[in-house]
Amino acid sequence: MVLVLVEHDGGEVDELSLQAITLARELATGEPVSALLVGAGGREAAAPLTAHGVGTAHIAEGERLTEYAPGAWATSVIELVDRLEPSAVVAAGTNRGNEVLGHVAARMDQPFAANCIQVTGEGPLEVTRMRWGGSLLEEAHLHGDPALLSVAPHAVAALAADGADAPAIEAFTPTLDDADLLVQVAEHVSTETSGVSLAEAKVVVSGGRGVGSAEGFGILEELAGLLGGAVGCSRVVTSSGWRPHTDQVGQTGTKVSPDLYIACGISGATQHIAGCKGAKKILAINSDAEAPIMASADYAVIGDLTEIVPAVTAELRKAGGP
Amino acid sequence: MRILVCVKRVPLTGGRMVLTDDERALETRHLGFTISPHEECGVEQAVRLVEQHGGDVTVLTLGPAEAEEQIRDSLAIGGDRGIVLATGGEEWDPQATTGAILDAIEAERASGGAHDLIIFGNESADSGNYQVGIRVARALGLPVVTGLKGLSIEDGFARCEQEVPGGRDVYRIPLPAVVSVLEGINLPRYPSVPAKLRARQKPVETSTPERPEARLEMVRLRVPPGQGKQAEVLGNGPGAAPAVVDVMRELGVA
Repeated sequence: MVLVLVEHDGGEVDELSLQAITLARELATGEPVSALLVGAGGREAAAPLTAHGVGTAHIAEGERLTEYAPGAWATSVIELVDRLEPSAVVAAGTNRGNEVLGHVAARMDQPFAANCIQVTGEGPLEVTRMRWGGSLLEEAHLHGDPALLSVAPHAVAALAADGADAPAIEAFTPTLDDADLLVQVAEHVSTETSGVSLAEAKVVVSGGRGVGSAEGFGILEELAGLLGGAVGCSRVVTSSGWRPHTDQVGQTGTKVSPDLYIACGISGATQHIAGCKGAKKILAINSDAEAPIMASADYAVIGDLTEIVPAVTAELRKAGGP
Repeated sequence: MRILVCVKRVPLTGGRMVLTDDERALETRHLGFTISPHEECGVEQAVRLVEQHGGDVTVLTLGPAEAEEQIRDSLAIGGDRGIVLATGGEEWDPQATTGAILDAIEAERASGGAHDLIIFGNESADSGNYQVGIRVARALGLPVVTGLKGLSIEDGFARCEQEVPGGRDVYRIPLPAVVSVLEGINLPRYPSVPAKLRARQKPVETSTPERPEARLEMVRLRVPPGQGKQAEVLGNGPGAAPAVVDVMRELGVA
């Protein structure tokens, strides 16, 4: 049996958890797949899981399981593991998925493979996992019992399975001690956001070292504004203090997936590509026709971005705007 | 307060991943090295906290003996002393890494007192295992919060902030504690030349722990497919603007 930690919010299962279930089914090779949903809303969220091949959904409930607490979630996982003895525990490679499995691994003294994209074999499992934000892959043997692994976001498509009835629901109340709840969300602070969010923009106009200065981003902002898009930047730009880190696209910044990513004066370091490779198309504007970005871009314009970007803006305006 | 920051030496990879012939490491002969980005911010955060509250910052790394370079860089940012757990340059899996760090922390406790705060990067830039900080915290029986974009100390508690959609989640945990931070929690200072010179004089201890068997055992590395596209050149200079707008129309974004 393979157990999947399923994240949910507002009664709906997170898409990344559906991807994790898909990989868990492959790993289970016909053995049952069970789900664990922690907290209120778990029952509602569990119902549609049958379409994804989940036989039993275990719901961890209790008045202390309100706000997220990694220790309490880990205790819920470990209680089920002790009872059900799964061969593997799978989570989505999200902040919470990786954090909870990290706690489970630490407490059970088991290895944990984060951000896997493929798993085969049995004892030790052969996993392929992401390094460098996906710029490099590692093939590894995972010597764990149970095997603990998370699934890299968007590496596996969430596929429906031949479902029968709704999954059996089995609720339980994990035994929590105070230490499990020492680390728990105490407060949620909402931040006002203005404009289009970088992560969700359809067009991102991004600048690198070649933009030359903070002021140099004016022409990128103008183009992004005209297209209803967002402005991004590379790591060197934030390190130089030209733009805030919230604008950074890359392995240690925001991962974007626009329809068009316009990389202006960006050389194309792997650190940056890890953040923008989810774009449908990449247009590179660069004075160097040999820059590494060309190996990741679909289109290129060679030349001085301070001339090209305003020319594109003018052309859009001339043509009556977008 | 006494703060320990754990950092990792990683190569500056540039535009392309090239592997060694045995496919077990990156070819780094022509590459420079740096502190893994999240951890560099960890060092900066520790130095700021000590500037505010007093105390000292110890910076620890597990890596090849050459990782002393990253320790010196950390001391130039403002760390007080360094510890190098020198390996032969081979891979250490997360559990092995945790064990060596715990032994070093135990030795620190035995000789000079325990740390009030232990700071990790959320995940290393290279192997990205997302767990060493959690394992260390668990073994020490300390609370741990990961992925921080904000960290301050108030009355013996750490106020920890994570960025989540629509805002921030806030945790308050008692010290001593373990945290892991993300790049963007601060903008690390660029060390001055005098600071770099002072860093050379600061104490760095080196020891060579023994590596246990890996339980997450790297077999080989490979470069994912997808690198090696060839961009279609739409033109040179501003004259290419109409062709760019055509592409935008095709893609439905203009």
